[in-house]
Amino acid sequence: MSKIIKNREIIEDQWVSIDNPEQDLASTDASANIIVELAYWLENKTSLIERTGKVGVLLLGSDEPELFHQELNNIDLIAINFPKFGDGRGYSIARLLCERYDYQQEIRAVGDVLRDQLRFMERCGFNAYALRSDRNMEEALASFSAISVDYQSDVAEKKPIYNRRP
Amino acid sequence: MYAYKEYDQQLLNERVAQYRDQTQRFFKGELSEDEFLILRLQNGLYVQRHAPLLRVAVPYGMLNTEQVRKLAHIARTYDKGYAHISTRQNVQFNWPSMENVPDILGELASVQMHAVQTSGNCIRNTTTDQFAGVTANEITDPRPYCEIIRQWSTLHPEFAYLPRKFKIAVTAATDEDRAAIRFNDVGLRIIKNDAGEIGFEVFVGGGLGRTPLAGSLIKPFLAPKDLLSYLEATLRVYNRYGRRDNKYKARIKILVKALTPEVFGKKVDEEWQHLRDGALDLPNAEIEQMKGYFPEPAYETLENNPPPLADAKKENGAFSIWLRQNTDEHKKAGYQIVTLSLSPTSVAPGDVTDNQLDVIADLADKYSFGEVRNTHNQNIVLADVKQEDLYDLWKQLQTHGFATANIHTINDIICCPGGDFCALANAKSLPIADQIQKRFDDYDFVYDIGEISLNISGCMNACSHHHIGNIGILGVDKKGKEFYQVSLGGDAGFSANVGKIIGPSFNEGDVADVVETIIKHYIDSRIEGETFLMTYQRIGMASFKEKVYVKNN
Repeated sequence: MSKIIKNREIIEDQWVSIDNPEQDLASTDASANIIVELAYWLENKTSLIERTGKVGVLLLGSDEPELFHQELNNIDLIAINFPKFGDGRGYSIARLLCERYDYQQEIRAVGDVLRDQLRFMERCGFNAYALRSDRNMEEALASFSAISVDYQSDVAEKKPIYNRRP
Repeated sequence: MYAYKEYDQQLLNERVAQYRDQTQRFFKGELSEDEFLILRLQNGLYVQRHAPLLRVAVPYGMLNTEQVRKLAHIARTYDKGYAHISTRQNVQFNWPSMENVPDILGELASVQMHAVQTSGNCIRNTTTDQFAGVTANEITDPRPYCEIIRQWSTLHPEFAYLPRKFKIAVTAATDEDRAAIRFNDVGLRIIKNDAGEIGFEVFVGGGLGRTPLAGSLIKPFLAPKDLLSYLEATLRVYNRYGRRDNKYKARIKILVKALTPEVFGKKVDEEWQHLRDGALDLPNAEIEQMKGYFPEPAYETLENNPPPLADAKKENGAFSIWLRQNTDEHKKAGYQIVTLSLSPTSVAPGDVTDNQLDVIADLADKYSFGEVRNTHNQNIVLADVKQEDLYDLWKQLQTHGFATANIHTINDIICCPGGDFCALANAKSLPIADQIQKRFDDYDFVYDIGEISLNISGCMNACSHHHIGNIGILGVDKKGKEFYQVSLGGDAGFSANVGKIIGPSFNEGDVADVVETIIKHYIDSRIEGETFLMTYQRIGMASFKEKVYVKNN
């Protein structure tokens, strides 16, 4: 089983990504926790919700939380894909999920995820990170605390710096 | 000027350490070229034709003399003895080595300076009117708002990986837009409404480059308390919907054009409804506190045109000309705004040596409350000079080569480093500037031509804003040979016009001739009191075109 970073700790990943559900879902244990693409989830949600294992969805940068937020109670995990680490749409999506739609489960960054982005991701509402497989996770943990001063409000800190001053 | 608090300094120190670590990981091979590229760009480091280029942020163009001396020190120690003032009021070093950059950033941090977000696809340095706070013609000092925007945009977690770079400019001027706000991604114009309240006109989608467009008004009046929530909404819409498939179509202007400004404005408003009246509300107390960081210096009560100035004007014609060309009226009686020309003949526009920087710092300490400003015309301003000191100051500026009385003349050329230095350039730009300055060396003629702007860019990226020069020159490459395209009628001001191309491009050797022909035609056609731009707007392109191409054929 591969490892991920969750809440700033390295843990075993409890989830399986199903890239091609039509083909692979049948052979996957019904108790496994799976992640499928949003489009597939929306089409098959009744059967997916009935599984014993949990079901999470994978969002692409173009997916819009505005269009499926009514379903969030049925979604056990949201993975947001970063096709390239320079593609920053996922940061806005995570903030919307957290701040506007109050999503409380795991929000996981997947794809081209590198340590230098982790702190910004965390501030936007991510709490789990599937680092690119060639990267050292122990070292990556250090980057959460590289910068300790945040001017802006964010998902955890509700006040911008000028409202935090004594 | 804003003085760093403990947390501002801590952030910078941590940022330097972070970048040092990133550089080391790159040298150890743990970061690929591409991965390091994005990280170094967010710290202002480009790799150029000969060496890296380090762009240092000068928030809204303001420097104290300690900072100026530090820049001189860096130029001397880590570079070849000079720095370059950019068209976004920043300072660039053309020859640092990549290994030294963490040390340079450390030196900068020691004087509250940095290179954070001076390049890369993020929110860049906020620019403003170089006469902010000292001109009589403004609604209020825009700099407190610029600093508020600086803090909000610095290491913003959501907007570090935008589709493309993002530039914000602010002006509160009523006479002239010296910050070219309508050619920024977001332009903010501070206005007063009928009730006497201060607010912002919000323009969006302006920019130059391959698709020059003037920004469109999407919010006619935004209250100051809503400034950050509205900016955040704008950036979020751009971050989510701006194109990422083609870097030449990725600026916000393309999105605004594709959606239309009305639809784009509606999308921002929808987003803003969720964000306004929330965490980003800017309390009045914060605005007032920020204003406290930009106090008026200790002005004396003085009279305009004191005897030493009146006498000097009478006795010295060259001084009078300099006074007319290179200085501007100050809001306080007995004071004057002085512009130091950095574009004398044969030196690249905007270049300044380490020794000159030291001299500028000394002069600012002596004559202008220890503050210096960079302008987007690549000059330097001493904003608070006593009129009785002007003659002394002028003599010293002459000694050091800053007194060329060419501000707003055809010789005050805005020019990028071009093909001599820049990896992006298609053509050289500096030799063209030199050629034109040498052609117009008769200053009686230069003053007769009057107010005009001439901008030269070495490529489509338009760093020198050739589209909005009254005369714009663009270097293009055709089958390995350099040619120059000329446009007329550009206007950076509130009316915001993009210049029109006059016709087929010209050989390098003909550019000065062409400019001269254009100028002569203006002189022959103008009506008393008209500037070049006014004449062009009245008579149109056709006759200029005729003159230029008849002569060339």
